[in-house]
Amino acid sequence: MGSDFVALSLPPLLIGLCASMACALPGNFLILRKQALIGDAISHVVLPGIVVAFLVTGQVSTWPMMIGAAGAAITAVLLIELIRRVGRIESGAAMGVIFTSMFAAGVLLLEQSDTSQVHLDVEHALFGNLESLIWLDAEGWASFFQIKALAGLPVELLRMATVLLAVSAFVYIFWRPLALICFDEPYARTRGIAATALGFALVTLTAIAAVAAFDAVGSIIVIAMIICPPATARLMVNSLRSQVIYSQVLAIMATVLGYMFAGYVPLWLGFSNTLSAAGMIASMSGVFLACAALFGPHRRRNI
Amino acid sequence: MTNFALIADNGAFVEKNVDLESAALNIQGMTVSYGSEPAIYSVDFNVAIGTLTAIIGPNGAGKSTLLKAAIGIIPTVSGQVRFFGKPLSKMRHRISYVPQRASVDWDFPATVKDVVLMGLYPTIGFFKRVRPVHLDHVQSCLRKVGMQDFSDRQLGQLSGGQQQRVFLARALVQKADVYLLDEPLAGIDAATETAIISVLKDLKKSEKTVIVVHHDLSTVKDYFDHVLFINKSPIAQGRTAKIFTEENLSITYGGQLSAAKSGLAGA
Amino acid sequence: MLWSALNLTLGYNATLVTIGATLLGIATGISGTFLYLRKNALISDAISHATLPGLGAAFLFMTGVGLDGRNLIGLLGGSAISAALGLMIVTWLTTKTRLSQDAAIGSVLSVFFAFGVVLLTVIQALPSGRQAGLETFLLGSTAGMLFNDAVLILVLGAITTSILVLFRRPIILVSFDSTYAKTLGISPQKTDYLVLAVALAVTVIGMKIAGLILIVALLIIAPVAARFWSEKSDIIILISAIFGGLSGYLGTAISATAPGLPTGPIIVLCSFVLFLVSFLLAPRRGVLAAARSFWVFQRTVHMTQGLLLIAQNQPIYEPKTKRILQRRGFIRADGVATQAGRALAAKTLLNERRWSFWRNKMQQTGNLDESIVYSLVSIETKLTPDQIESIDRGLSEEQQERV
Repeated sequence: MGSDFVALSLPPLLIGLCASMACALPGNFLILRKQALIGDAISHVVLPGIVVAFLVTGQVSTWPMMIGAAGAAITAVLLIELIRRVGRIESGAAMGVIFTSMFAAGVLLLEQSDTSQVHLDVEHALFGNLESLIWLDAEGWASFFQIKALAGLPVELLRMATVLLAVSAFVYIFWRPLALICFDEPYARTRGIAATALGFALVTLTAIAAVAAFDAVGSIIVIAMIICPPATARLMVNSLRSQVIYSQVLAIMATVLGYMFAGYVPLWLGFSNTLSAAGMIASMSGVFLACAALFGPHRRRNI
Repeated sequence: MTNFALIADNGAFVEKNVDLESAALNIQGMTVSYGSEPAIYSVDFNVAIGTLTAIIGPNGAGKSTLLKAAIGIIPTVSGQVRFFGKPLSKMRHRISYVPQRASVDWDFPATVKDVVLMGLYPTIGFFKRVRPVHLDHVQSCLRKVGMQDFSDRQLGQLSGGQQQRVFLARALVQKADVYLLDEPLAGIDAATETAIISVLKDLKKSEKTVIVVHHDLSTVKDYFDHVLFINKSPIAQGRTAKIFTEENLSITYGGQLSAAKSGLAGA
Repeated sequence: MLWSALNLTLGYNATLVTIGATLLGIATGISGTFLYLRKNALISDAISHATLPGLGAAFLFMTGVGLDGRNLIGLLGGSAISAALGLMIVTWLTTKTRLSQDAAIGSVLSVFFAFGVVLLTVIQALPSGRQAGLETFLLGSTAGMLFNDAVLILVLGAITTSILVLFRRPIILVSFDSTYAKTLGISPQKTDYLVLAVALAVTVIGMKIAGLILIVALLIIAPVAARFWSEKSDIIILISAIFGGLSGYLGTAISATAPGLPTGPIIVLCSFVLFLVSFLLAPRRGVLAAARSFWVFQRTVHMTQGLLLIAQNQPIYEPKTKRILQRRGFIRADGVATQAGRALAAKTLLNERRWSFWRNKMQQTGNLDESIVYSLVSIETKLTPDQIESIDRGLSEEQQERV
């Protein structure tokens, strides 16, 4: 694994790792609060967010698109809460109404707008372009120590690593109140914890992680990583701390194995094309979940 | 100030008004509704310090609603709540609430010790370490409820009565002055009931105030020195000895009394 | 052009699509309602996303054995099989492990879909592949719809919805109270399977027109919109069917007026407009109506409580009560009651005394409607003058006893 690896495989792998971990981390709390499908909602609404950003700015550049996506995610969350509380509709249905409508609006805008200059293709939205995030300036492992070479690192890596850091910091700082609101929210409220605000912050942070990851790995992997590694860990251990740690380990394993499977296995088997890395990573996380569901030591429900 | 005041004209049903400043809990004119369906209406409720009070009434009378509104977790249409003469926001650290058991996921990854320790989190703060003194305190509260040997069990492995005791320990760990409990004795075994009542009576001995939504008419006289009868509006409140009468029961329970009475041997 | 589209005179293909979409809207409206009643709306997301691997696998299989890979029956059959597999896994995860339903749905949804798109990329790379139009199943496409396709939708749609309508009573009962249903010999499990099977069939049928990503919208939005108009399940089902059909009809007509407009999203947006209207304007459950009745209730409560305090010469502490009384001229700015205020206060106190007497002394609670707070209601509207007279007599006797 020489200079080729460092240039062509290492950066995508690192980006994938950061994305998976950043999504899996808040996912732990979301699944305990039975809010797992908010990831589904977020990944559907980033499309209209990106399209609106494109229409407003007229160009396909990262920052406006990310702001547009984040704005769409937050708008969706607020609208869902509105329907839930004021309309007294259960949360799954409320999510369904909002994210499908917003997605339809996004598709409509996309088809309507003049996309001749730009190709926002469906496949990129679903899968990202992880494999193409390469580091051409690298000449081997030594390049990590050369400032000039480091400047050529794909910007997605820096972005994703920063988001991972921010999410980790949030979870570390708010660990106790988060545990409290996941376990017994009414009780947390009686202790003066701003449960609604904290819950909203959790979802917003997830949205930020999802949006940041979206460009690199697409929306498929985002939902899969928010849910599968934490769910797998949940079936394996019985303490919150362990669950969170295991979820990160599983996210790493799924990314590495998935990436290898997508990139190398087909070649070893004699095919000329590689499979989608993001797709394989998501599938791998599913395989782990299946194993845990079949054999996990704490998979059973207490009666 | 409505039914309560009118019945007071007769003199037989009600204690003298409690001094506001020294009342552990004082509620005036509280109305709560779900949408525009009233759950409780115009409730005045006074609880003196160091008393053990039961809130009783038929199903749907609004007993839980009253507690939840007092502790601020549901919004009110009208009404003022004061703890020791001050509003809730200034007194949270002195009030402890034990909800009805239903609100929790029993498969949550937490042991008994974790659950009780969570009761200390707001006190310890976000960052300070959990020190041995905290763990000792957790263990002593578990001992008070008889659950000291279960501290490493996962919550879902316990029986209903054991779970209820753990939640009581979580409330005790706060060292509060007012305890609000919502149906703590519902659906549990006799041994747990005895254990819990003994803890509540100990609290009263230490000058703490305990307010309990209670479901079993047959035990009111044995357990509680004060009572509030409520059926959407308050019917009567005061010392159990004085106001726990057939008449108040029949007014509160209306047509449902015969069902309620079946638990009323010796009342 | 819109008019001719609505009139079904725009041309063969347009008419076909319009009818097909309307039927699809009705079918999804009805089956979606049952999912909603079971509080299981998002299972449709799992169903639709889980069809993708089956779609790809069916294509590969059919091409592999020498058949036409684009054969609709084969593709739909493959989709149905993988969706059914997905559903079974969701049920298994929810019942046999400690995962909650949302986690089960989300994991199946994402993993199946991811795997499905992997297969799609494999197909793309094949010489015979070129996607073969499989991508159109994602977002739907109504161009070049064949008569056979429309008939397929019509027949399957009619069968599936008839089944649901036939079995609606046991299904509604299970949604409302599954324990009671069991005592009647109805199996909640079996009714759930039935509803899911129909939802699956409807999803698979609708994939071609609306696309699998948007079919979820059709299964969710119309039932939610219908919910605002009634508390009775039968009526909700009916309204949902109407809303669904209407969205399909209008959506297709509108999209026919401009060639660039894709049908699926427009149908969904029509559906959303119906939802918005329902959310805001429905009587009783709609936002505006609910807000209004709450404000009226709140005002009445504060007024009554405030007036009673005035009648008993007690101070009013709550600022809101003071404001409401002041605005109506019952108290002055300094909190002292006006003439009108005193008069109404006396009347309110009398009402309160009468009700109290009625309830306590005459022990009439058995006859009362528990849900109304009588203090807020004028006694003249509920009891006869004779009854009120006897109450007043009782009250004055009481008064004399005290003296």
